[in-house]
Amino acid sequence: MTQRKRLSNTQGRRSDPLEEDDSDLTFTQPSTSQVQRGLDKFTGSQMDQKAAEVIQYILVKDQKKIPVRRADLVKHVLKDYRYIYPEIMKRVLQTFDQVFGLKLVEIDTKNHLYILINKLEPQEGAAGPPNPKMGLLFVILSLIFMKRGAVKESECFQCLLYICGERHEQFGDVKKLVTDEFVRQRYLECVRIPHTEPVEFEFHWGQRAELEVSKAKILDFMGELHNQDPQTWSQQYKEAHAPPPAAPSTSQPNHSQR
Amino acid sequence: MPPHLGDSHRRFLQSMMSNSVMDEQQARALYQHCCDIHKAQCVPDKLDDFIETINSKLQPMFMQIRKGMSEDNGQQYYALVNMAETDVTRMSSDYADNELELFRKTMDLIVSSENGKVSSTDVLNVADTLTIKKLKKSEAEQVLNRLVQDKWLNEKRGEFSLSIKCIIEMEPYIRRMYEDQLKMCHICHNVAFQCQICDSPTCGIKIHNPCVARYFKGRVEPRCPACDEFWPYEIPGISFYISIYKST
Repeated sequence: MTQRKRLSNTQGRRSDPLEEDDSDLTFTQPSTSQVQRGLDKFTGSQMDQKAAEVIQYILVKDQKKIPVRRADLVKHVLKDYRYIYPEIMKRVLQTFDQVFGLKLVEIDTKNHLYILINKLEPQEGAAGPPNPKMGLLFVILSLIFMKRGAVKESECFQCLLYICGERHEQFGDVKKLVTDEFVRQRYLECVRIPHTEPVEFEFHWGQRAELEVSKAKILDFMGELHNQDPQTWSQQYKEAHAPPPAAPSTSQPNHSQR
Repeated sequence: MPPHLGDSHRRFLQSMMSNSVMDEQQARALYQHCCDIHKAQCVPDKLDDFIETINSKLQPMFMQIRKGMSEDNGQQYYALVNMAETDVTRMSSDYADNELELFRKTMDLIVSSENGKVSSTDVLNVADTLTIKKLKKSEAEQVLNRLVQDKWLNEKRGEFSLSIKCIIEMEPYIRRMYEDQLKMCHICHNVAFQCQICDSPTCGIKIHNPCVARYFKGRVEPRCPACDEFWPYEIPGISFYISIYKST
């Protein structure tokens, strides 16, 4: 029953067909009867099996930290099960939560992009080799945060040149790592600065960074680095210790259109 | 009642996902670490039970943490395996089609070799025979370097062998692909690549090098466990392997 209620809600919210962009055409909102037929058609274990395929698919994408598009998920994995998408995703979310300690979060409600976020507290000295790329990312995020949210691309690269040179033994082409990989993974956002000639860009924190990286930790790190009380950066301190904004919808990934 | 999964299990699983392969010492340390963080009870010799609990929850996803012995040092290693796709194609997001073909051909050479190894010269020669798109020698060398870096192959003195990660993750595929060519170890009953083969033409059993070391340890005159013929090979680095077995 709750199932049906939830679905009719979604339909109400998605009544405007223009909201549906081209890339998402493979996913059209099912009617209540389609849903019911779908639920009747597949057994519980078939749905579990499909949920397992969805999990596999998302985990593979997540290894490279590439966001998953709902349209791709429907086209490549869900196929005939598209009408009972919410039912399948309910199982997927539950498994991510209970088995993996991960949370699937929608980071783009227009294009329906999802990423996995760790639910477990990050630990110092966690097992496994520390990832040097993450160290570099941490430095860039710190720089942006201390500069109140935006750093010019040229300024950022000058700083990186000073830290690790143009080519690094482990990072390879540093510029490429930053503009390609970190941006694709949504750790950074590269935004064009309006009215600049020649065109200039600046870096902001990406959505993944906002969800995964603690600003308070960054400020503590800066404090240690400069041997300074983090509270002396009053603006940053206020931001870092502000109550977290309402988390993006996670309970039902396809219901977050607002 | 199914065993309960806690945050210590979840953290362990997450580390297994980000580390492609882990030796036993690392896995034990990780087990301890995860239990400490989440104040769970850690019983030092119950690592495999702990992993079994995780595996019971992974089974519906066709995933499994598997254990395997390295043919190089006899140590146990752990890796998280996707059982739904144990094929070489699982590497297709990292390698081009012709690069995968080169890897398959390298595997062919290793499986059909006597000692589980193939020289870089032989691999570079097959690079000319690729059907999809030929690789230049220098390109093939780069692919091989990447395969070593990504821990699919081991390289030692210009010879390549299959890595422990490759063996654990692709064993089902290897068994299917090379069914009748595969050698099985008489001692541990797993697939064997680098092994010794009984000299007797009517016997010909195979034993992994580390299993040879363990089996013949302390025996004055090594004899084949199947046909009792004299075992004519040098028993590999017994002292080296003993030090490993003591610690496990």
